[in-house]
Amino acid sequence: MTRFDLAIIGAGPAGMSAAVTARDAGLSVIVVDEQPAPGGQIWRAIGRNAGARPGNLAILGEDYASGAKLAARFEASGAQFWPSASVWHVDSPDDGDKSLTVAWDGVTRQFTARALLIATGAMERPVPVPGWTLPGVMTVGAAQTLLKSSGLYPEPSLLLAGSGPLLLLFAAQCVAAGIKIAALLETTPPGAYLRGLPHLPKAMLGWRTLLKGHRLKRQLGVSGIPVYRAVTDLAAKGAERLERVRFRSAGMPVELEAAHLLLHEGVVPNPQLTRLLRCEHHWDAAQRCFRPDLSDRGETSVDNVFVAGDGGGIGGAMAAVHSGRIAALEIAERCGAVNRPSGDVEIVKARDALRAELAVRPLLDAMFPPPDWIARLDGDVTVCRCEEVSAAAIRNAAALGAPGPNQAKAFLRAGMGPCQGRMCGLTVTEILADARGESPERIGYYRIRPPIKPVTLGELAALDGSD
Amino acid sequence: MLRRLPEQKGRKVRFLFEGEQVSALEGDSVAAALMAAGAGTTRTTPKSGAPRAPYCMMGVCFECLVEIDGVPNRQSCLVEVRDGMRVRRQQGAPGLPGEADDDPV
Ligand code: FES
Repeated sequence: MTRFDLAIIGAGPAGMSAAVTARDAGLSVIVVDEQPAPGGQIWRAIGRNAGARPGNLAILGEDYASGAKLAARFEASGAQFWPSASVWHVDSPDDGDKSLTVAWDGVTRQFTARALLIATGAMERPVPVPGWTLPGVMTVGAAQTLLKSSGLYPEPSLLLAGSGPLLLLFAAQCVAAGIKIAALLETTPPGAYLRGLPHLPKAMLGWRTLLKGHRLKRQLGVSGIPVYRAVTDLAAKGAERLERVRFRSAGMPVELEAAHLLLHEGVVPNPQLTRLLRCEHHWDAAQRCFRPDLSDRGETSVDNVFVAGDGGGIGGAMAAVHSGRIAALEIAERCGAVNRPSGDVEIVKARDALRAELAVRPLLDAMFPPPDWIARLDGDVTVCRCEEVSAAAIRNAAALGAPGPNQAKAFLRAGMGPCQGRMCGLTVTEILADARGESPERIGYYRIRPPIKPVTLGELAALDGSD
Repeated sequence: MLRRLPEQKGRKVRFLFEGEQVSALEGDSVAAALMAAGAGTTRTTPKSGAPRAPYCMMGVCFECLVEIDGVPNRQSCLVEVRDGMRVRRQQGAPGLPGEADDDPV
């Protein structure tokens, strides 16, 4: 079985940065990613757009275009790269190497590595509103992916609903591309600037981000897109697909026809791999999600398993680049490829840069607080999309004595469908915590078991241990 | 349904969806190509048979599950279109290997 110094899962900003750093130090590195090309979600299809479709760069903006440089360095780094690969199991014995089981190119392959870096980033927080399962409803990030990867956009009439920087950025990209948005439904509670004010002095370290945010707001202001503010009670309606969207704006009921509704309530760490590896997690009240416990060099509670980027807590692309570098330097030191003193000098530099990047986060968290209504969802709303389990059923399980998500899962099959709880995990934790009057931290999260990705019978049959 | 911005360079790819010919651009994911072709629904749920369509486009929601060249449970947002591919909606969800012996308690 092939052995590497470092295995990296995810070729986004964190994974690519770590791979480049580790290769510079002379480590043997393998990087696997589900996508067909490097870049992660933020820089999806950066190679194609920087190459054959340069017109898209002007639409997607300079932060997007800036990804081309790191992607090029990554491709020249000499790290072995498996795109379109799905990791379905990782084993981390108490002593010794990590072993990864990966389906790639139709064959299941296994290899080992001294250290593992999980750089699987964030996913959008699931937004369980009535009708969110209807065709025609998807996330803002999904629409942005369609735009980046294929130059595709939703036909009229298009509504955007939710809160947060990504929503505003996508709206601005639509304006730049001439894509018509029928209305923007802002769920951000009123008073965002007032809430942000106390955090402003510290956030000034990240003035570049603040300036960009300000420019974004101005662009949208002059675009003439109708904006509904203080939106609550959002619901998608339709028989076989989305037809109408109902909501209240500052208390007033509104109903709009729509072919497409894009939802966004911020992003949260993708928990699947750190949960599979039984890493310790804690509840982040400001971001209303779990994050893995990490050392200041990115190591989890499991020896030689590291997390870099948004998977460790939301910080954005540049923070991911720095945290990827920090983890890779620490791993290089452990492998003896970099001596401690000079490696530590580099780590201190990268940590300063990371701190500057993270300076704006408390301000953003205060301005765009994560939704607090999820625990109080109407009983008939679908929480688990796969097994079609409602909020009422989860509360019922709590009343019957289910102390946590794993028992609710046993009662209801919630979290047992193909997505393995990715779409309902956080909601189930919030509902149980509310129903039982306990903290989300106490309630915990689903236990995640392999395989964490669907494996075809063909891939199982073609197990190639020698690779 | 989705529309495409002008000047999206790329080779045309043709594949079959439910036996009908669909054209897409090289580099499109199967999910993107299906939505651009107006496919509407990619799968139906095993429990109620409700129609579903891609929700996340990044591999986490599994609403884009289809059958590709006879293989079920493929996440169509993670697979690029290829000439001659045969794609079908996934009706219900065939179990995943390993799911049956899951013992959550
Ligand atoms: S659209 Fe969500 S997994 Fe494919």
